[in-house]
Amino acid sequence: MIDRSAPRKLAAELRAQFEAQGAVPVEPPFLLPAEKLLDLYGEDIRGRAYVTSDPARGEMFMRPDFTVPVVEMHMAQGAEPARYTYAGEVFRRQEENPDRAIEYLQVGYEVFDRADPVGAEAEVFARIAEVLKPMGLKAVTGDIGLLRAAIEGLETTERRKAALLRHIWHPRRFRALLDRFSGRAPVPAARTALLNAPDPMANAGPMIGLRSAAEIEERITALKEDAATAPISEREIELIEALLDVRETVPFALEQLRDLAVDLPAINDAVERMAARSAALEKLGVSLESLVFEATYGRTSMEYYDGFVFGLIAEDRPDLPPVATGGRYDALTSKLGQGREIPAVGGVIRPGLVLDLGGLS
Amino acid sequence: MTIKIGVPSKGRLMEKTFDWFAERGVSLSRAGSEREYAGKVEGIEGVELVLLSAGEIPRELAAGRIHLGVTGQDLIREKLSQWEQRVEELAELGFGQADLIIAVPQVWVDVDTLEDLDAVSAAFRAEHGFRLRIATKYHRLVREYLKEHGVADYQLVDSQGATEGTIKNLTAEAVADITSSGETLRANHLKILSDALVLRSQATLFKARGLKLSDEDRATRTELLKKLGVWN
Repeated sequence: MIDRSAPRKLAAELRAQFEAQGAVPVEPPFLLPAEKLLDLYGEDIRGRAYVTSDPARGEMFMRPDFTVPVVEMHMAQGAEPARYTYAGEVFRRQEENPDRAIEYLQVGYEVFDRADPVGAEAEVFARIAEVLKPMGLKAVTGDIGLLRAAIEGLETTERRKAALLRHIWHPRRFRALLDRFSGRAPVPAARTALLNAPDPMANAGPMIGLRSAAEIEERITALKEDAATAPISEREIELIEALLDVRETVPFALEQLRDLAVDLPAINDAVERMAARSAALEKLGVSLESLVFEATYGRTSMEYYDGFVFGLIAEDRPDLPPVATGGRYDALTSKLGQGREIPAVGGVIRPGLVLDLGGLS
Repeated sequence: MTIKIGVPSKGRLMEKTFDWFAERGVSLSRAGSEREYAGKVEGIEGVELVLLSAGEIPRELAAGRIHLGVTGQDLIREKLSQWEQRVEELAELGFGQADLIIAVPQVWVDVDTLEDLDAVSAAFRAEHGFRLRIATKYHRLVREYLKEHGVADYQLVDSQGATEGTIKNLTAEAVADITSSGETLRANHLKILSDALVLRSQATLFKARGLKLSDEDRATRTELLKKLGVWN
């Protein structure tokens, strides 16, 4: 049997601590409508979350995290700026890692504040790092905003940029697209044949299904335009690769990024934002010399964090997931708000892991 | 006690399995009438034949209720997570070949690869307001495959039969299904993506792993596997 009382007690204490610092406690539901989560996270969420179903309500997910319900509560009733805290179980399927917990507690701290975005990011990190300080964890940060800025600054079509941005969290497809758009990957024979066919729809067979002839033609036009577009230059690809390779303590990373920005001016604003965030962190007592920055941190595991991200890790226990994670998730709130922008940044602590690693004293 | 071997309870898969065992000196047959799912084993003592639906054999192996079983690799991989730790492949039997593929309407002349499917999924969602539907009964295999290959903006819809018809019936835009010759696909005006072979499967003899056996049963199993030429 898992001992639930000790992590629950610690979770309540941490939540009370965040509450004392001004966060409003919230109690989101356990069951969430499946459709909403599927729309946000895609089909992959089924591999990570438990689905329930009943004839009246259809499919519901047992909450895999608090983000969606907290954002919804905020949108329904919240005034800005707002700070929330919560403590409760989340449920995760672990097909690939059967030794990992399928239900565990999370304590969260979320900030909705549009006036001072870097201040809010620094605040969330500092609050959580402060709580976990006695554990001597390694802190890693990242910022997907840099890669986004670099893509948006590419000298290529909006369509290509949109395709790359869509796959920013899927490194394998992202790589394949970069190879395609740069001409590194050969054009598949079937596509060449399609683009050269005088009438591509000849011998195509009967029209079946919901996707219309107009949609097919539209894509053929898009492919033709793309074939006529100059490849993304080798130099730009190398700059993106150099950006993805940055892995240093924050002061050195900033230096590297500023050097890169000379050739990649599109990331200037993102770099300055990181500098401002670092200054804000320092002001809150965070030592930048021991804070690691990895440009790709969170890229595979933290979809929808679209700016600053962080994780606090037990270095001598690589078998364990991070004790705390967090970041900025404006893209998610803008989807949930159907275009309404609600700047949001938050983080969670796993009290169970804290205790497994010896607690906070 | 006896060593229990699970075999598909009907059709060509059963007959071919019986043939494969017979060629190796073990005769499997149905006891009694055609409708009775009881089996008979000759040529070795202490082995019991259990006739089951091919789809239930993975679960029965994992639970240890049968010691050996014949079923498709597709079903083992779909139904058992971390299947390698729960069963061991002893021999591919050379029949029941089936590929799990992804197919789209032939008229989608602009789609030949996963890259195309992914691009079309994004455009489809923007146009229709919902994610492109792929009909399948192999949810886990297909989801993992598409995740690994970075395809987004799709959804899986369940189809337990006549999957090729779902597109015409407007309940799906693409299918992920088992095919052996591709004829059903062609008859339904569908084509296979050229780079999306999710899984190549055939009928296979599996052994349940981690079972506690009596010395007697262990000896029986060894004798049977030697007879079948799959002992190593």
